[in-house]
Order: sequence, then structure tokens, then C-alpha cells
Amino acid sequence: MSQSIDINVHHLTRVEGHGNIVIKADDGTIEKVEWQVPEAPRFFEAMVRGRSWMDIQTITCRICGICSISHSLASIKATEDAMGIGVSEQTRKLRLLTHCAEQLQSHSLHVGYLAAPDLFGVKSVVPLVASHPDVVKTVIRIHRVSNEWSDLLGGRTTHPITIVPGGHLTPFNENDLRGLKKTIEETTVPDLKTLAEVILSVADKLPAFDRPTEYIALSGPDYYTFYDGDIASSDVDEKVSVREFEKVANEYVSPQSTAKWARWHRESYAVGALARFNINADRLLPLAAETAKKFGLEKGCCNPYMNNVAQVVECVQVCEHGIQLIDELLSAGLKPEERNVTVKAGTGVGCVEAPRGILFHKYTYDEDGICTGANICIPTNENHANIQKDFEVLVPQFIGRGKEELQQMLEMLVRSYDPCISCSAHYLDVKFA
Amino acid sequence: MSKPRVAIFDFACCEGCQLQIVNLEEELLDLISLVQPVAWREAMSESSDEYDIAIVEGSITRPEDEERVKEIRDRAGILIALGACATIGGINKLKNNFDLDEVKRYVYGKDAEMPHLNTAMTKAVDEVVKVDYKVHGCPINRSEFTYIVRCIALGKEPVIPNYPVCVECKKRENVCRFEYGEICLGPITRAGCNAPCPSAGFWCYGCRGCVDDPNVNAAKDIMEKYGKTVEDLMQKMALFGSGQKTEARE
Ligand code: SF4
Ligand code: SF4
Ligand code: SF4
Repeated sequence: MSQSIDINVHHLTRVEGHGNIVIKADDGTIEKVEWQVPEAPRFFEAMVRGRSWMDIQTITCRICGICSISHSLASIKATEDAMGIGVSEQTRKLRLLTHCAEQLQSHSLHVGYLAAPDLFGVKSVVPLVASHPDVVKTVIRIHRVSNEWSDLLGGRTTHPITIVPGGHLTPFNENDLRGLKKTIEETTVPDLKTLAEVILSVADKLPAFDRPTEYIALSGPDYYTFYDGDIASSDVDEKVSVREFEKVANEYVSPQSTAKWARWHRESYAVGALARFNINADRLLPLAAETAKKFGLEKGCCNPYMNNVAQVVECVQVCEHGIQLIDELLSAGLKPEERNVTVKAGTGVGCVEAPRGILFHKYTYDEDGICTGANICIPTNENHANIQKDFEVLVPQFIGRGKEELQQMLEMLVRSYDPCISCSAHYLDVKFA
Repeated sequence: MSKPRVAIFDFACCEGCQLQIVNLEEELLDLISLVQPVAWREAMSESSDEYDIAIVEGSITRPEDEERVKEIRDRAGILIALGACATIGGINKLKNNFDLDEVKRYVYGKDAEMPHLNTAMTKAVDEVVKVDYKVHGCPINRSEFTYIVRCIALGKEPVIPNYPVCVECKKRENVCRFEYGEICLGPITRAGCNAPCPSAGFWCYGCRGCVDDPNVNAAKDIMEKYGKTVEDLMQKMALFGSGQKTEARE
């Protein structure tokens, strides 16, 4: 069927940051398919130079308001790696617990406030307040608990204070942890079950679109990791140590444009909840595994729209894991800790799974602990090329459905990746028509 | 009087301050009874160019953004700067300590010359247009934000603390960070956050900006008492104080 289509979405809404979609098709010939990212660049890697190791986390967590805990963790891990600083088991567990809060915070915000309107066929969460008050209330409750969880463990909701090289500050006590566990168990877990049912009831609105994709995520030996482990790919068995991340996140210039994209074994790869699920699904805790099953989400899924579902599964996972961690912390007893930091020169890498995917920070310090160089590789950037590749396959396949439906599908696709464009310390794939 | 129409805009920033507005959760629904949101790209697909109050988040870092914020200023009766990026330039001002071409080359290598990577000196919003109200902090304090919006909607003048963080910190009975051999910017930083950082066991890094007339001599005395130098202070102040209009830097 021949079709002339001209889609130009300037500043896509309900995503973090700025992104444009440009599609031009004339009489059935597709002339242009583009995902553009015109966000103002912020130059973090340049700005940290000359600053003390003590202040780097304070600076780099400001890369993104939504994943400030992940940036903080990647940052201090890099500093610890550079200086050979070790941490206690208590600190490690407190970090994992803080990180769980952020996954819940970010995913519930995305699924509940930003993606759900698409599934209900409305333009924002505002009309849902009137039409589906119970659903909105459930989402608000989940999100509020995740914020209280970050407040407690991180010292505040956004831009945590407690995440420091060599330790984890503890402005809370065992009773606070008990209270948190009770809230998660009694409120959030049931709320997540409700939310999962609601999303399941409208899941048929997620387009059926598969494109074989390379998925990349951290993979640890014994649990569904967001923090430990090596870099794994769905394409190969061999894993790569995080110190060698620059081998994985290869930047290259695409033949169609002058822009830089990231690739490993294929032209592009995807990171985020669906990538983690595809790599680590067999390590999900029981309730999370059951949730995945309800949606028919299985390892090997390559429908990018299912990232929304993988996020719901991970919400359940981090609550279950959070409860476990609190139990372990309580049975060991929460102790005040000394931090042992000896400043020395060196280069180090820190890697964690941010809600949107694998994240790397790399710093070099001189003998006074002053940062002399940095490289930060951010999940949204890693996904840009994959979004473009999805577009290129999706547009010819669905162009017959007409402009309106196609535009809706493309917007939903971008939102499925939950792109946090403000994160982009590097820009990727920008071309102005 | 009909409800004032509010539009939210973002420039170079982490969008963490907008996130605090989302984080108001139920309270946001209360606020919507006082004001009507008409444009908020991060949360709504709907948008309108007619508004009474513009809330501007982020720093101004490109010539085209100066034009955009001027247009916003022209349309709005009241302009609120949201968060440190907007009120004082925030963390983005660290960039101003470097040569801008060098900064671009460092991050983008051989692509640094591409036009969309253009960057200029970071400016706070009031270095480009008139700002009527400032919501301080990185991120903003949620209750201070609702307080200021309520005041504006009801035609009252909000009262923002002009005393140092130390006042709030002492009320919370914290042991002073200087006692731990650290440097804390509490003595010169504007209160209103209730000192979450010293209360969590960390120093204040000055995200709310300086009080109007920082008592630099008192701060110097404290530094001396604890055997710290002015250079130590400057190193800490660079984070949120780069290019801040204050004598404290001298
Ligand atoms: S002031 Fe801080 S929290 Fe707010 S947008 Fe700027 S960097 Fe983010
Ligand atoms: S810790 Fe900081 S804010 Fe608190 S009293 Fe000491 S200098 Fe002031
Ligand atoms: S204590 Fe200082 S750094 Fe912390 S929120 Fe208050 S002003 Fe900002």
C-alpha cells in the first residue's frame, strides 16, 4: 500500500529529557526514520577534573535526578576501585538495599505515571485520576513507599547523602529497618500484585513487535544482580570484567549519519529491565518469577515493548530482595562503622545496573586524590542506537496502519526504553533535518 | 479569580527538581486545586502557550536557550526559578572554571565542533531574565516548594530563611562536622532544608547557595580554629559556588 507520511514529534513528552522523532515517507518509500536527541550537553566528565575524591559522588549523582542512587554507587565504586578501598558486608548490604529503593522508585514512576496513560489511551496520568482513581492511588502508594525507602537509606529521596567511599552512613536504626520491612510486606507487595493485574488487563495494548536484539547486563554468580558481577551478553557465553567495559560499549560512526552509536556484537544493543531479565531471569525470587509467568514473559523475549512488563517484574523482585536484605542486616545487627580510606593515585571503574540499564563510571586520581580524568557511560546512550534500529524495522512493517497509529507506536516504543535523556553525558545520533 | 495557569520548563539539569514535584504525590492533587498545570512536558502530552506562572528548572547553557527563556519570561506574569541549577547555576557552573573549547574536546573528541554541541558559559536564570521567586536547593525541598506556590496563589509574599544552615543543624543537635576534621559550608549557606546532610553525617556542600550577606569573617574564624585553610574552603565551595555572586570567594 502506498502511503505518504510525515511524522515530526518535537520534544517527545512523558520521557525524561528531550527527544525528537522524525519519519518521512513518500508514496510508500521511506525517506527518513530518525530518533534525535537534542538535549543540552552538560560535560560532567570534564567538570570533575580538579575536584577531590571526597566530592566526586556529590557532583556525578547530579547527572540524573531519577537514577542518582545508581550514579552515586557507580561513582564510589570507581573511587574505591581506583584506591583499593574495601567495604564491609554491612555496607555492601545497605548499598544493595538502597539500590532496590531506586529501582522501585524509577520503575513505578515510569510504568505508573509515564507509560500507563498509553495503555489506557489517554494523554497523561491526569485523566486517569478521574477514570481510574484506585489504580492511580495504588501507583501513588507504591511510589511513596519507594521514596520513603530512599529517604531512610539514602538520607533523602534524590541525590543521596549516605553513599560514601568506603562505607554507608547510617542515620537510621534497626527499628527503622523493621518498620520499612513491615511496610514493604504489608503494603507494597499487595499493591504490586494489584498493579500487575491492572497492567495485565491492558497488556494487549502493547504492540506485538519482535526484533532479534543483543541484550547486555551485569551478571553475578548467585542472585539477580544490580550491583555485583561481570558484563554478560545474550549473544555469547563469555563474560567481560567491568574494568574492560570500554571493549563492550564501542562507539562508532553510523554509515547513515555522522552520529556515534554503541555496539558490541551487533550494530546496536539494548540495556535495562528486559536485558537484565533476559540475562538473569533464572535467578528471580519466587514472587517475581510468578509475576513474569503471568505475563508470559520468558527469557529470550525480544519485544522492546515488554520492557514495561520486565519493570513490573523487577519491582516485585526488589521488594522480595529488600525484605531478605533487611532480615540479614537485622540478624547480624546494625553496627556503627569506621571508614578506612587511604588516598592514593590510580584509575578505577565502577559499574552498577541503573534502572535503565548498565552504567559505568571511570575515574583517574593523582596521589592527592584529585580527579584528573573521567569517562562515564550511560544506559540511555547505549540504547539510542537500538531505538533507531527498532524504528528502521518497525516503520516499514506498520506503515500501512496510517500516521496516527504509527506515531503512537513509535512514541510508545521510545517510552518503553524509559529513556532518561537528561543523563546523556555524551550525545548520540543527532541529525537535524 | 480563576485558577492561575502554570507551566513548567526545563533547561540543562538533571530534572531532579521536577521529580520532587511528582514526589509530592497526593499533595500535588491538593496543589492542583489552587493552580492549573497547562504545560509540563515531563508528565503531560497536553501543552499550552498561555500561562500566568512559569516555573523554570535548569541552567542556561546555550544561546538558543537564552532566547527560549526570554520568550517564557515575556509570556509569564510570574517566573519562578526551580532548584540550584536555575537559582545559582548549580553544579553546571563547574564548567565555567575551564576553557569551553577544551571541555567540549575532552568529552566529544573529534566531534566537538558539531553545531548542536555548542555550549556557552553556564548562567543562572536571573543572569538572563528577571526572576520573581527562587526555590533553592539541589534538589528543592518539597514543602518549601508547596509553601511558595501556595503563597503566590493566595497573593502572599513567601518568607525564605536568610540565616545559615548551622541554625537548623544545631536545632537537630548534630555533632558539628568540623569536630570530625571535615569542612562544612553550613556557616555561610542559606537554611531552609533543615540540614539533612549534617544530620546524616555528611558536610553541607552549599546546595542552597549563600545567605545574602555571608559572614565570611566568622567562617574564616571557624576555619582557623580547626586548622583549615581558605583553599580548603574554596575547594568545597567550587561545587555549588562556582561564580556565585558573593564576597565569600575573595
Ligand atoms: S538543582 Fe539539582 S536536583 Fe535540581 S535539577 Fe539541578 S541538579 Fe537536579
Ligand atoms: S555541621 Fe555544618 S551546619 Fe552543622 S553546625 Fe557544624 S558547620 Fe554548621
Ligand atoms: S545541608 Fe547544605 S548541602 Fe545539604 S541540603 Fe542543606 S544546603 Fe544543601
